[in-house]
Amino acid sequence: MPFDRLTRAMDEWAAANPHIPVEIQIGRGDYEPRHARWVRKLPLSDYQARVQACALFVAHCGMGSIISAIEAGKPILMLPRLATQGEHNTDHQLATARHVGTRPGLHVAADSDDLKARASALLADAAHDAAGAPAPISRFADPAFTARIRAFIES
Amino acid sequence: MGKRVLAIASGGGHFIQLMRLQPAWAGHQVSVATVDPSTRTLAGDVPFYTFRDVSRADWWRIPAAALDIARILLAVRPQVIITTGALPGLIAAALARPFGTKSLWVDSIANSEVLSGSGAQAGLVCNQVVTQWPHLASDRVDNWGSVL
Repeated sequence: MPFDRLTRAMDEWAAANPHIPVEIQIGRGDYEPRHARWVRKLPLSDYQARVQACALFVAHCGMGSIISAIEAGKPILMLPRLATQGEHNTDHQLATARHVGTRPGLHVAADSDDLKARASALLADAAHDAAGAPAPISRFADPAFTARIRAFIES
Repeated sequence: MGKRVLAIASGGGHFIQLMRLQPAWAGHQVSVATVDPSTRTLAGDVPFYTFRDVSRADWWRIPAAALDIARILLAVRPQVIITTGALPGLIAAALARPFGTKSLWVDSIANSEVLSGSGAQAGLVCNQVVTQWPHLASDRVDNWGSVL
Protein backbone atom coordinates (compact mmCIF):
# COMPACT_ATOMS: atom_id res chain seq x y z
CA MET A 1 0.00 0.00 0.00
CA PRO A 2 1.19 3.57 -0.63
CA PHE A 3 2.82 5.52 2.17
CA ASP A 4 3.05 9.02 0.70
CA ARG A 5 3.30 10.65 4.14
CA LEU A 6 6.71 9.02 4.68
CA THR A 7 7.91 9.65 1.11
CA ARG A 8 6.90 13.32 1.24
CA ALA A 9 8.46 13.90 4.66
CA MET A 10 11.81 12.42 3.64
CA ASP A 11 11.75 14.27 0.31
CA GLU A 12 11.25 17.51 2.22
CA TRP A 13 14.07 16.50 4.54
CA ALA A 14 16.28 15.80 1.49
CA ALA A 15 15.47 19.32 0.17
CA ALA A 16 16.57 20.81 3.49
CA ASN A 17 19.74 18.68 3.58
CA PRO A 18 21.05 18.74 -0.01
CA HIS A 19 24.55 17.54 0.99
CA ILE A 20 23.21 14.24 2.34
CA PRO A 21 22.30 11.56 -0.23
CA VAL A 22 18.75 10.25 0.29
CA GLU A 23 17.20 7.37 -1.66
CA ILE A 24 13.55 6.40 -1.23
CA GLN A 25 11.71 3.23 -2.24
CA ILE A 26 8.17 4.54 -2.83
CA GLY A 27 6.26 1.39 -3.80
CA ARG A 28 2.86 2.24 -5.25
CA GLY A 29 2.82 5.77 -3.82
CA ASP A 30 1.41 8.67 -5.84
CA TYR A 31 3.92 11.27 -4.62
CA GLU A 32 7.13 11.21 -6.67
CA PRO A 33 10.10 12.76 -4.83
CA ARG A 34 11.56 15.93 -6.34
CA HIS A 35 14.72 16.16 -4.24
CA ALA A 36 15.66 12.64 -3.17
CA ARG A 37 16.63 9.82 -5.53
CA TRP A 38 13.79 7.34 -5.72
CA VAL A 39 12.81 3.93 -7.01
CA ARG A 40 9.51 2.03 -6.99
CA LYS A 41 10.87 -1.29 -5.72
CA LEU A 42 14.37 -2.61 -5.19
CA PRO A 43 15.23 -6.29 -5.64
CA LEU A 44 15.87 -7.82 -2.22
CA SER A 45 19.65 -8.07 -2.64
CA ASP A 46 19.87 -4.37 -3.57
CA TYR A 47 17.58 -3.46 -0.68
CA GLN A 48 19.78 -5.37 1.77
CA ALA A 49 22.91 -3.75 0.31
CA ARG A 50 21.37 -0.27 0.81
CA VAL A 51 20.52 -1.04 4.44
CA GLN A 52 24.03 -2.38 5.01
CA ALA A 53 25.63 0.76 3.53
CA CYS A 54 23.42 3.51 5.00
CA ALA A 55 24.08 5.74 8.01
CA LEU A 56 20.39 5.83 8.94
CA PHE A 57 17.54 3.62 7.73
CA VAL A 58 14.14 5.35 7.62
CA ALA A 59 11.11 3.11 7.10
CA HIS A 60 7.55 2.26 8.01
CA CYS A 61 7.07 0.33 11.25
CA GLY A 62 7.03 -3.07 9.54
CA MET A 63 8.77 -6.22 10.73
CA GLY A 64 10.65 -6.74 7.45
CA SER A 65 12.28 -3.34 7.84
CA ILE A 66 12.93 -3.84 11.56
CA ILE A 67 14.50 -7.28 11.09
CA SER A 68 16.61 -6.00 8.17
CA ALA A 69 17.90 -3.11 10.32
CA ILE A 70 18.69 -5.34 13.29
CA GLU A 71 20.43 -7.95 11.11
CA ALA A 72 22.55 -5.16 9.60
CA GLY A 73 23.16 -3.45 12.97
CA LYS A 74 21.85 -0.12 11.61
CA PRO A 75 19.78 2.48 13.49
CA ILE A 76 16.24 2.60 12.13
CA LEU A 77 13.83 5.52 12.34
CA MET A 78 10.20 4.58 11.73
CA LEU A 79 6.87 6.20 11.03
CA PRO A 80 3.96 3.82 11.76
CA ARG A 81 1.36 3.41 9.01
CA LEU A 82 -2.15 4.46 10.07
CA ALA A 83 -5.37 2.81 8.94
CA THR A 84 -7.23 6.14 9.12
CA GLN A 85 -4.85 7.53 6.46
CA GLY A 86 -5.37 4.52 4.18
CA GLU A 87 -1.79 3.43 4.78
CA HIS A 88 -2.63 -0.09 6.01
CA ASN A 89 -5.64 -2.29 6.75
CA THR A 90 -5.21 -2.02 10.52
CA ASP A 91 -3.25 0.01 13.06
CA HIS A 92 -0.99 -2.92 13.98
CA GLN A 93 2.11 -0.83 13.19
CA LEU A 94 1.25 1.29 16.23
CA ALA A 95 1.26 -1.92 18.26
CA THR A 96 4.61 -2.87 16.73
CA ALA A 97 5.92 0.58 17.73
CA ARG A 98 4.79 -0.03 21.32
CA HIS A 99 6.02 -3.61 21.67
CA VAL A 100 9.07 -3.81 19.40
CA GLY A 101 10.00 -0.17 18.76
CA THR A 102 11.39 0.17 22.28
CA ARG A 103 14.40 -2.05 21.51
CA PRO A 104 17.85 -0.40 21.42
CA GLY A 105 18.61 1.12 18.02
CA LEU A 106 14.94 1.38 17.03
CA HIS A 107 13.37 4.84 16.93
CA VAL A 108 9.70 5.73 16.36
CA ALA A 109 8.45 9.12 15.16
CA ALA A 110 5.01 10.45 16.07
CA ASP A 111 4.38 12.32 12.81
CA SER A 112 6.10 13.84 9.75
CA ASP A 113 7.62 16.79 11.61
CA ASP A 114 8.91 14.56 14.38
CA LEU A 115 10.37 12.23 11.72
CA LYS A 116 12.33 15.03 10.07
CA ALA A 117 13.61 16.36 13.41
CA ARG A 118 14.68 12.91 14.56
CA ALA A 119 16.37 12.13 11.24
CA SER A 120 18.58 15.20 11.71
CA ALA A 121 19.28 14.38 15.36
CA LEU A 122 20.09 10.71 14.71
CA LEU A 123 22.44 11.56 11.84
CA ALA A 124 24.21 14.13 14.02
CA ASP A 125 24.62 11.41 16.66
CA ALA A 126 25.86 8.98 14.02
CA ALA A 127 28.60 11.45 13.06
CA HIS A 128 29.85 11.21 16.65
CA ASP A 129 29.28 7.46 16.69
CA ALA A 130 26.63 7.94 19.38
CA ALA A 131 23.55 6.86 17.40
CA GLY A 132 21.75 4.03 19.09
CA ALA A 133 22.33 1.19 16.67
CA PRO A 134 20.93 -2.29 17.37
CA ALA A 135 23.38 -5.04 18.22
CA PRO A 136 23.60 -7.26 15.11
CA ILE A 137 21.97 -10.65 15.54
CA SER A 138 22.21 -14.08 13.94
CA ARG A 139 20.52 -14.72 10.59
CA PHE A 140 18.24 -17.21 12.30
CA ALA A 141 15.66 -17.28 15.07
CA ASP A 142 16.38 -18.56 18.58
CA PRO A 143 17.39 -22.26 18.26
CA ALA A 144 14.85 -23.18 20.96
CA PHE A 145 12.08 -21.85 18.68
CA THR A 146 13.26 -23.60 15.51
CA ALA A 147 13.74 -26.82 17.52
CA ARG A 148 10.04 -26.77 18.46
CA ILE A 149 9.10 -26.31 14.79
CA ARG A 150 11.45 -29.15 13.80
CA ALA A 151 9.72 -31.37 16.37
CA PHE A 152 6.37 -30.47 14.77
CA ILE A 153 7.69 -31.36 11.30
CA GLU A 154 9.09 -34.68 12.50
CA SER A 155 6.16 -35.71 14.72
CA MET B 1 15.41 -38.14 2.91
CA GLY B 2 13.20 -36.63 5.60
CA LYS B 3 9.78 -35.05 5.14
CA ARG B 4 8.56 -33.04 2.16
CA VAL B 5 8.09 -29.56 3.64
CA LEU B 6 6.57 -26.48 2.00
CA ALA B 7 7.61 -23.21 3.64
CA ILE B 8 5.29 -20.50 2.33
CA ALA B 9 4.76 -16.80 3.02
CA SER B 10 3.70 -13.55 1.39
CA GLY B 11 6.32 -10.90 0.74
CA GLY B 12 8.02 -8.36 2.98
CA GLY B 13 8.13 -9.10 6.69
CA HIS B 14 6.23 -12.38 6.37
CA PHE B 15 8.94 -13.83 4.13
CA ILE B 16 11.83 -12.37 6.15
CA GLN B 17 10.39 -14.04 9.26
CA LEU B 18 9.99 -17.37 7.41
CA MET B 19 13.63 -17.30 6.34
CA ARG B 20 14.72 -16.83 9.96
CA LEU B 21 13.14 -20.23 10.68
CA GLN B 22 15.27 -22.13 8.13
CA PRO B 23 17.14 -24.28 10.68
CA ALA B 24 13.77 -25.85 11.59
CA TRP B 25 13.66 -27.80 8.32
CA ALA B 26 17.36 -28.27 7.56
CA GLY B 27 17.91 -31.82 6.34
CA HIS B 28 14.30 -32.22 5.17
CA GLN B 29 13.16 -31.88 1.54
CA VAL B 30 12.04 -28.29 1.72
CA SER B 31 10.52 -26.14 -1.01
CA VAL B 32 9.97 -22.41 -0.56
CA ALA B 33 7.08 -20.38 -2.00
CA THR B 34 6.56 -16.61 -1.90
CA VAL B 35 5.58 -13.66 -4.12
CA ASP B 36 8.79 -11.80 -5.00
CA PRO B 37 11.19 -13.63 -7.38
CA SER B 38 14.10 -11.44 -6.21
CA THR B 39 13.91 -12.97 -2.73
CA ARG B 40 15.10 -16.36 -4.06
CA THR B 41 18.60 -15.47 -2.86
CA LEU B 42 17.45 -15.66 0.78
CA ALA B 43 15.96 -19.14 0.35
CA GLY B 44 19.25 -20.81 -0.55
CA ASP B 45 19.67 -23.82 -2.81
CA VAL B 46 16.15 -25.30 -2.58
CA PRO B 47 13.22 -25.52 -5.02
CA PHE B 48 11.68 -22.05 -5.14
CA TYR B 49 8.19 -21.11 -6.37
CA THR B 50 6.29 -17.85 -6.68
CA PHE B 51 2.55 -17.17 -6.65
CA ARG B 52 0.33 -14.15 -7.29
CA ASP B 53 -0.28 -12.37 -3.99
CA VAL B 54 -3.61 -11.79 -2.29
CA SER B 55 -4.79 -10.20 0.95
CA ARG B 56 -8.08 -9.45 2.65
CA ALA B 57 -8.00 -5.95 1.11
CA ASP B 58 -7.98 -7.38 -2.45
CA TRP B 59 -9.93 -10.57 -1.84
CA TRP B 60 -11.03 -10.72 -5.50
CA ARG B 61 -7.52 -11.96 -6.31
CA ILE B 62 -8.14 -15.14 -4.29
CA PRO B 63 -8.88 -17.34 -7.36
CA ALA B 64 -5.62 -16.43 -9.12
CA ALA B 65 -3.57 -16.92 -5.96
CA ALA B 66 -5.34 -20.19 -5.14
CA LEU B 67 -4.66 -21.51 -8.65
CA ASP B 68 -0.95 -20.71 -8.36
CA ILE B 69 -0.78 -22.25 -4.89
CA ALA B 70 -2.63 -25.39 -6.05
CA ARG B 71 -0.03 -25.84 -8.80
CA ILE B 72 2.77 -25.49 -6.26
CA LEU B 73 1.10 -28.06 -3.98
CA LEU B 74 0.82 -30.51 -6.90
CA ALA B 75 4.51 -30.06 -7.69
CA VAL B 76 5.75 -30.29 -4.10
CA ARG B 77 3.17 -32.71 -2.57
CA PRO B 78 4.14 -31.52 0.92
CA GLN B 79 3.69 -33.65 4.02
CA VAL B 80 4.08 -30.55 6.18
CA ILE B 81 3.33 -26.86 5.53
CA ILE B 82 4.97 -24.13 7.60
CA THR B 83 3.68 -20.59 7.08
CA THR B 84 4.31 -17.19 8.63
CA GLY B 85 1.26 -15.76 6.84
CA ALA B 86 -0.49 -14.11 5.48
CA LEU B 87 -3.69 -15.17 3.64
CA PRO B 88 -1.83 -17.22 0.95
CA GLY B 89 -0.37 -19.44 3.69
CA LEU B 90 -3.88 -20.09 4.96
CA ILE B 91 -5.04 -20.95 1.43
CA ALA B 92 -2.16 -23.42 1.06
CA ALA B 93 -3.00 -25.10 4.37
CA ALA B 94 -6.71 -25.31 3.48
CA LEU B 95 -6.11 -26.75 -0.01
CA ALA B 96 -3.64 -29.36 1.24
CA ARG B 97 -5.53 -30.45 4.36
CA PRO B 98 -7.84 -32.99 2.60
CA PHE B 99 -4.70 -34.79 1.41
CA GLY B 100 -3.43 -35.30 4.93
CA THR B 101 -0.89 -32.49 4.91
CA LYS B 102 -0.07 -31.22 8.40
CA SER B 103 0.27 -27.46 8.82
CA LEU B 104 1.74 -24.97 11.28
CA TRP B 105 0.68 -21.31 11.40
CA VAL B 106 3.31 -19.01 12.89
CA ASP B 107 1.49 -15.72 13.45
CA SER B 108 3.59 -12.70 12.45
CA ILE B 109 5.53 -10.97 15.20
CA ALA B 110 3.84 -7.80 13.88
CA ASN B 111 0.64 -8.98 15.61
CA SER B 112 1.62 -8.00 19.13
CA GLU B 113 -1.78 -7.06 20.57
CA VAL B 114 -4.26 -9.27 18.70
CA LEU B 115 -3.78 -12.32 16.49
CA SER B 116 -3.86 -11.47 12.75
CA GLY B 117 -7.13 -11.86 10.84
CA SER B 118 -5.85 -14.96 9.06
CA GLY B 119 -4.23 -16.19 12.27
CA ALA B 120 -7.59 -16.12 14.04
CA GLN B 121 -9.01 -18.36 11.30
CA ALA B 122 -5.91 -20.54 11.08
CA GLY B 123 -7.18 -22.54 14.06
CA LEU B 124 -9.93 -23.94 11.83
CA VAL B 125 -7.48 -25.06 9.14
CA CYS B 126 -4.05 -25.63 10.63
CA ASN B 127 -3.02 -28.42 13.00
CA GLN B 128 -1.11 -25.98 15.16
CA VAL B 129 -1.19 -22.20 15.61
CA VAL B 130 1.57 -20.37 17.45
CA THR B 131 1.90 -16.70 18.38
CA GLN B 132 5.27 -15.03 18.86
CA TRP B 133 3.98 -13.12 21.88
CA PRO B 134 3.60 -14.88 25.27
CA HIS B 135 0.69 -12.60 26.28
CA LEU B 136 -1.33 -13.74 23.21
CA ALA B 137 -1.04 -17.44 24.04
CA SER B 138 -4.32 -19.19 24.91
CA ASP B 139 -5.67 -22.71 25.29
CA ARG B 140 -5.59 -23.18 21.50
CA VAL B 141 -2.67 -20.90 20.56
CA ASP B 142 0.79 -21.79 21.86
CA ASN B 143 3.86 -19.59 22.20
CA TRP B 144 7.08 -21.40 21.27
CA GLY B 145 9.32 -18.34 20.92
CA SER B 146 9.87 -15.63 18.33
CA VAL B 147 11.99 -14.88 15.28
CA LEU B 148 13.79 -12.10 17.17
